[in-house]
Amino acid sequence: MNIIERIRLSIFPGAHKPAKEQKGQRKYFRSLLLHFRPRVVPERTLRFSLTWGLGGMAAVLVFLLFGTGLMLKFMYEPFPDRAYDSILHLQQNIPFGQLIRNIHHWSANGLLVIAFLHFLRVFFTGAFDAPRQFNWIIGLVLFAAVILSNFTGYLLPWDQLAFWAITISSSMLEYIPGVGTWLQESVLGGPELGPTTISNFYAIHTAVLPALLLLIMPFHFWRIRKANGLVIPRLPDEDTGPLGEKVNTIPNLIVREVAVALVLLAVILIISMLFNAPLTAKANPGLSPNPTKAPWYFMGIQEMLMHFHPVFSLFIIPLMLVFGLFCVPYINYQSETAGVWFCSNRGRRMALIAVLTSIAATVTGILADEFIIGSVLTGPPNIISSGLVPFVIVLAGCISFYIFMKKKFDAANNEAIQTLFILLATAFLVLTIIGIWFRGTGMRLMWPW
Amino acid sequence: MANQKPQNNTPEKEPASSRRSLLTKLWVLLGIVALAELIGIVFAFLKPSQKKSSAADRAAIIVAGPVDTFQPGTVTAFVRGKFYLARLKDGGFLALSRSCTHLGCTVPWVAKENKFICPCHSSEFDIRGEVISPPAPRALDLYQIVIENNVLKVDTNKRKKRSEFTAGQITYPKKT
Repeated sequence: MNIIERIRLSIFPGAHKPAKEQKGQRKYFRSLLLHFRPRVVPERTLRFSLTWGLGGMAAVLVFLLFGTGLMLKFMYEPFPDRAYDSILHLQQNIPFGQLIRNIHHWSANGLLVIAFLHFLRVFFTGAFDAPRQFNWIIGLVLFAAVILSNFTGYLLPWDQLAFWAITISSSMLEYIPGVGTWLQESVLGGPELGPTTISNFYAIHTAVLPALLLLIMPFHFWRIRKANGLVIPRLPDEDTGPLGEKVNTIPNLIVREVAVALVLLAVILIISMLFNAPLTAKANPGLSPNPTKAPWYFMGIQEMLMHFHPVFSLFIIPLMLVFGLFCVPYINYQSETAGVWFCSNRGRRMALIAVLTSIAATVTGILADEFIIGSVLTGPPNIISSGLVPFVIVLAGCISFYIFMKKKFDAANNEAIQTLFILLATAFLVLTIIGIWFRGTGMRLMWPW
Repeated sequence: MANQKPQNNTPEKEPASSRRSLLTKLWVLLGIVALAELIGIVFAFLKPSQKKSSAADRAAIIVAGPVDTFQPGTVTAFVRGKFYLARLKDGGFLALSRSCTHLGCTVPWVAKENKFICPCHSSEFDIRGEVISPPAPRALDLYQIVIENNVLKVDTNKRKKRSEFTAGQITYPKKT
């Protein structure tokens, strides 16, 4: 045996065996590659309209981000006086530098959108009941890690956009009662953005969070396998019957995943060739641009800040929402709805009403606050008049909507809780959209065109 | 081990406390102590450093100049010190931080309108740093002013938060 043959055999033991046995060996090799997966999956879970490929897309984007991020790491210098210039150098002098940065940028933003859609998909197909309860929690932690990755990466170009977005976002921390100032100074490494901030963010962005993602992601996948795969999709009036026919993971699932991944890669590549990642002027701590906005995924919070006292908009309300999300899988539900989109036909009607109500109520509330209430209240914001009072009004509105819908439709608590979730999620989306596109100079309301 | 089993007919039902369970508890306790130490070290390591060299301390004291160079009723920006020196109509001084108390944007002084207007969320402050228009929740932060031999110095290390303006915050030069 020559040396090349011996090396080949050390990598693929058993390759010299007769063809019949080789087949089994290849299977073994494949299942090693895929040992987060079962050998067979229920055929019905392959349906594209169950998952829309969202979880797989998120994983692809994470690996794309690791790859491009590693490349950027060789070029980037995390110091306030050099960071911006290193980005300029990357874009102007390094072959494909601009393209790599664009791919990183669009993948990062895409990942936020995809992860959010994945979160909605899991919620609306009821894929958080036992035995998937804890995987919902892991998913929330992963989502938090993705948001933090985006946030810490936002600062690194050290341009005006980055500097002021991080300034106002980190100033939001200061309003947390008790530990706010301490928390802000720990994150920034001082009272304001400086060299320590950039090295903190760089370390978190390029080491802490990637390591965390690499640890938790396999856990997330493994729990799917432990739950016997995905929820079985079914129609509202269909029983939770047998799992249906099972098919081999290879090739049935794998070819679908590869197809989704390739299409996604193509889309990201095309977007990255057409649109450059933004880079404004170098950060100038003496000059705040007008308007100054937080990163787009925090614009819902910034918009809320325009209407509630900071203690409510930055602390109490987000805390309640996050707590609610963690509770979702542990509530006692009256009926088994896993696998049915929006619980039931009744759930779908209620969902539609919740979306419309939420859009109408949120827009009306913002307009009323802007043009009627805002002109009545003057002086520094007061925790009672601009905090507690609107908070109680909104809370009472949500609770009475929940009770009304539950009574009117004679709904099970699955459907009622889903309705409340849709009400809040839509309100948050409306706030985000208004914050991103309908706020102009001096954060006044205006048309986006 | 092999000898003990016949004596204990139900091996799952060990006595509530035995030498072994005590040792196990001690190990767990040791583990918790080690974890606490580790967390303590990480926090101490990452804490924003408090010690600064004396050179940095001296750099933090900005010599603004002789008192007479500032006209009453004007505001002078000090870019290096990141503050505004405001001289009130009655001759008193205030060193105001340039960070808006709302979300930390830098507030420019608009001399024409005689007020600070924040570009981010249009909070407004008067020459004393007092809030005229929300959303800013409190008056602009202050730095300590020292007047020695009629020369005004500002210590930018000492930033003081305040909820509103009071007369005691003004520093007056000695009458000559």
